[in-house]
Amino acid sequence: MSEFLRDYLLVVFFLVLAGALVFGMLGAGSLLRPSRSQPQKYLTYESGVDPVGLGWSQSNIRYYVFALLFVMFDVEAVFIFPWATRLEAYGTFGLVEMAIFIFILALGLAYAWRKGVLRWI
Amino acid sequence: MSPAAVLSGLLAVEVPYWASSVIKLGVVALLVPTAALVLGYVFLLKMMSFMQSRLGPMEAGPYGTLQLLADGLKFIQKEDIFPEKADRTVFALAPLVVLISTFLIYVVIPTGPDAVVAQLDVGIFYALAVSSLSVVGILMAGWASANKYALMGGLRAAGQLIAYELPLVLAVMGVVIQAGTLDLQKIVAAQAQGEIFGWDGIGNPFILTQFAGFFIFLVAVQAELTQPPFDMPVAESEIVGGYQVEYTGFRFLFFFMGEFGTAFAFAALAAVLFLGGWALPWGDLEHWAFNIAGPAIMLVKVLAVAALIFWFRFTYPRLREDQLQRMAWKFLIPLSLANIVVTGIFKVAL
Repeated sequence: MSEFLRDYLLVVFFLVLAGALVFGMLGAGSLLRPSRSQPQKYLTYESGVDPVGLGWSQSNIRYYVFALLFVMFDVEAVFIFPWATRLEAYGTFGLVEMAIFIFILALGLAYAWRKGVLRWI
Repeated sequence: MSPAAVLSGLLAVEVPYWASSVIKLGVVALLVPTAALVLGYVFLLKMMSFMQSRLGPMEAGPYGTLQLLADGLKFIQKEDIFPEKADRTVFALAPLVVLISTFLIYVVIPTGPDAVVAQLDVGIFYALAVSSLSVVGILMAGWASANKYALMGGLRAAGQLIAYELPLVLAVMGVVIQAGTLDLQKIVAAQAQGEIFGWDGIGNPFILTQFAGFFIFLVAVQAELTQPPFDMPVAESEIVGGYQVEYTGFRFLFFFMGEFGTAFAFAALAAVLFLGGWALPWGDLEHWAFNIAGPAIMLVKVLAVAALIFWFRFTYPRLREDQLQRMAWKFLIPLSLANIVVTGIFKVAL
């Protein structure tokens, strides 16, 4: 197997390691911990009061808008990475190119800002 | 034979792939919980206590050193409770996802010329990518608990983590531009062999040129760890622990381990990116002795960065949800974009 694949195989090993650690510790715990079942223990916690309604309740739409904005900016960050490693080779051309790109991006942020999307209340 | 010759001989031994993998897995499996314990004891228990004019734990072990182990023993005896309304599978898997994200960061952190788990070409990009996996775990925990506090905490955490993910990634971009590579080993080398206006006395640690990047990185890390002042997602006084509220015993402990293990990993990343990593600017970087000195040098730098992170934690009051979103989107992101452009101009012009 090539060196390249071996390095990524290690990543998979670490994934398995984390799983083994979690299940191993929980398994060891199951030998030590008590299990005394009482229906009250499995109630949803609501500061000691009986839970009202469903736990899955409605929440603020703002989170959704921020998530959309995030996707936009994150994709653009992925685009900047390869450019950043090669800037020396691209020189002024690459710099001007990216400056235009970042300007357009900043314009997008300014638009969202102006529209009041970034305001929480 | 002199001890130095024995050591260099030992390090030169060719180890087969499976054996080196087992060693690496063993080292990291020990390192992550130890790192969490050390940070928890030194900073969370002791430094915070001294800052607040109290002693902190003193009973378990000398100066309370075994306090966290005692806590662990307590956690292992706690009953494993699944709320009846909860989505059981997702509820059980959420701590695992958080912990996986922590473990995977450690794969690329270099502590010496050969003392690294895997030298990936995309190093820092990979580290940032896997660190953001924890958002998924936290959102899973928040949703699967079927609890109003947990759902609110999970959503706040997700909103905060993605908002600060961007400044984190963009702040690193300045370092990548300067070093011209994503490979963490090459970033270390670039700093050790760099020079400041032709003077190579101390190399060129990127904190000197990327001080804005370092500042943004630290603030973003603080938010990624959901530590005060960015602890809206777990705010005890209003949503009693947020997404962790329904977790008991070891499952709860995994979140704690994830948080402090990640704090250690991020401090290590900051040390590599901005403080020169395991290398010293003098001497041959390929020298075998760096495989032994490297981890020690790294540890000093990591603890220094961690001290800074925890100092912020104990100093500032909590930000409100709208304040922290405003800080990310209206201050840190424009600042980091400007940092990229300025770094690029300097890179091309000089």
